[in-house]
Amino acid sequence: MTASHAPLVKRLLLIVAGAFAFGFALVPLYDVFCEATGFNGKTSGQAAAVPAVIRDGFGVGGLTAGTAVAAPAPSAIDRSRTVAVEFTGTVMPGLPWEMRPLTVSLDTHPGAMQQVRYLVRNTSSRTITGQAVPSVTPGQAAQHFDKIECFCFSQQTLAPGESREMPLTFIVKPDIDSDIRHITLSYAFFSIDGQRNTLTSAPTAKPEAKQ
Amino acid sequence: MNIATTTVPGHAGEHHGEHYPGGILRWLTTTNHKDIGTMYLTFALIMFFVGGGMILAVRAELWQPGLQLMQPEFFNQLIGIHALVMIFAALMPAATGFANWQIPLMIGAPDMALPRVNNWGFWLLPPAAILLTLPFVLALFGIGDGALATGWTFYAPLSVQGGLGVDFAIFAVHILGVSSILGSINIIVTIFNMRAPGMTMMKLPLFAWGWLITAFLLIATIPVLAGAVTMLLTDRHFGTHFFNAAGGGDPILFQHLFWFFGHPEVYILLLPIWGLMPHVLSTFSRKPIYGYKAQVWGFIGIGALSVVVWAHHFFTVGMPVPALIYFMFSTMLISLPLAVLFFCWIATMWKGAMSFETPMLFATGFIVLFGIAGLTGLVLADVAADAQYHHSYFVVAHFHYALFAGGIMGVMTGVYYWLPKWTGHMYSETLGKWHFWLTVVSFNLTFLPQFFLGLAGMPRRIPDYALQFTEFNMISTVAAFALGLSQLLFAYNIWKCVKGGPKASDKVWEGAEGLEWQLPSPPPHHSWETQPVIK
Repeated sequence: MTASHAPLVKRLLLIVAGAFAFGFALVPLYDVFCEATGFNGKTSGQAAAVPAVIRDGFGVGGLTAGTAVAAPAPSAIDRSRTVAVEFTGTVMPGLPWEMRPLTVSLDTHPGAMQQVRYLVRNTSSRTITGQAVPSVTPGQAAQHFDKIECFCFSQQTLAPGESREMPLTFIVKPDIDSDIRHITLSYAFFSIDGQRNTLTSAPTAKPEAKQ
Repeated sequence: MNIATTTVPGHAGEHHGEHYPGGILRWLTTTNHKDIGTMYLTFALIMFFVGGGMILAVRAELWQPGLQLMQPEFFNQLIGIHALVMIFAALMPAATGFANWQIPLMIGAPDMALPRVNNWGFWLLPPAAILLTLPFVLALFGIGDGALATGWTFYAPLSVQGGLGVDFAIFAVHILGVSSILGSINIIVTIFNMRAPGMTMMKLPLFAWGWLITAFLLIATIPVLAGAVTMLLTDRHFGTHFFNAAGGGDPILFQHLFWFFGHPEVYILLLPIWGLMPHVLSTFSRKPIYGYKAQVWGFIGIGALSVVVWAHHFFTVGMPVPALIYFMFSTMLISLPLAVLFFCWIATMWKGAMSFETPMLFATGFIVLFGIAGLTGLVLADVAADAQYHHSYFVVAHFHYALFAGGIMGVMTGVYYWLPKWTGHMYSETLGKWHFWLTVVSFNLTFLPQFFLGLAGMPRRIPDYALQFTEFNMISTVAAFALGLSQLLFAYNIWKCVKGGPKASDKVWEGAEGLEWQLPSPPPHHSWETQPVIK
């Protein structure tokens, strides 16, 4: 055979390169798609008639996000039903901290503002910065769970041995589906220092012995 | 199809000729499609036993509840590497070996279009297999903590946090991916540019059609997997946050990227087999293939649908209802073109003068057992039902019906069907039949109980289990060892057939149709130096 295969091979290699690029393009596309459709629990950032005051930037996967709102008028409180909210938290590997909610669960009326605290303690002998990432279960509740003040809005730095009570103020919005009677709010605290939480490549990120 | 001229070049010997280096150099440097096909198939057979050995260790651990033989960490490594070895180092190379041997013979080409690329495609495989399994050995010397322990799916964040086995597996996947892409480009170019004069696309043998769709799926999806594991690598070592929630990334994005590759991969493994089946069924039913065009369009339809259904692998991860419904119905839609294939297979046999030589036994066994895989797949595609079955042994049983009965038994069909053509000798029909019946009985005894275990709630990927699952697990373990040992018959039968045996005729099978049966058995070193003309 003397036919030249080069043109076809080039076109096929182009498909390969295109597919590789497409894989990376899926990263922003995924975010855009989720924002636009509300898939994956992302809210659009356009809560009806209420200007967005604070947005946390971590509304991915964990199904929470969205807009914090001004304190509602008392009339907006729906006293006809209650929603149980449970609080939990995990410290991710690589962060020698302990955390626990000071309120394990509470019953609230949709529309009522509530404040709870988490106790967080640095068990190591160095100053460390961490970032908490929230997640709401069930996913459908995420768009109706508004955090007004949250320690997850910014990075937290703790001195060696320091413990701190970290506040969270939230409202379960009255338009939440009446089928939802239980909401769980979970935080995952990550280490910001070095950002490497692999066992092999991050000697600094290895968890120290728990006390 | 009619053959006008069949010119077969002179030397019909196996591989004599002074201008070919001998010994190991011959195999290192060969650009001959038959040599490379043989290497692919040999490699696949070796890795089939390696992967099988791993899973027998797992089955031994699952013989009874509690931890007897190994720690959970090692158990996790075995199941993940078992899957990667079986998929990437056994099934895919076996299918590529078939393609190398058969496509030039079947379309009347002298060789593959890009012979040197072909050589590279194969020789990338052994280093990749070593990379995958080396961490097991390194751990024995106190280096690292063993192989990839995340399961074959590399899910983040587990894989971001894992030990050096993850890095080894990432590079192995890169190399395997390059090998598959090289092989695929070669196959596409061969089919497009080197068909015999007169062989239009709609006269292309179905095996070549199945492989053509597989090759396109490979070049479209393997790069996405390569991208996903590259992101994983940079997350692990270079401070990126693609999958790190603390940095604004999303672990679920990894699942989307992985299964965007992973679901088409299922059809990548199966399409070459679906292409092979009609040839075998037609040969042993002594009837032409039924519904050629319907099957071609079935392949194309399944190939197209396979890239838009991926999220059914993680329904339970948390998705909005509209997405669940879309992925449920698009998944179920695949059963339509697949049903067309099933009907065509059955119609090919319908009222035929059937005889049940070993390849036909495997082909009919394939249809029945792969049918079970398809039906249980429909159950899993149901979002409401999947919430219960997800990550249970029901899933394990389902995909082993798809990939062992559908994939590996399909490969065995092809090996028995074409081995006499490749070697020039008949294999032992008695041993072949023993192999089939032992395989099919022990396979069902291994995996049928796993459906029940899954329905009863036994989770997969856990080395320990609740007491009430013991009996079914014991049955499964005993049968798995029987299944593994029966495969020694397969290897022995192949070995005997390569070494000698009754001479095979050119046509080998009474009812065989197609260009490859016009050549002598075994075919000469260069098959179609003068291309046949198809009318």
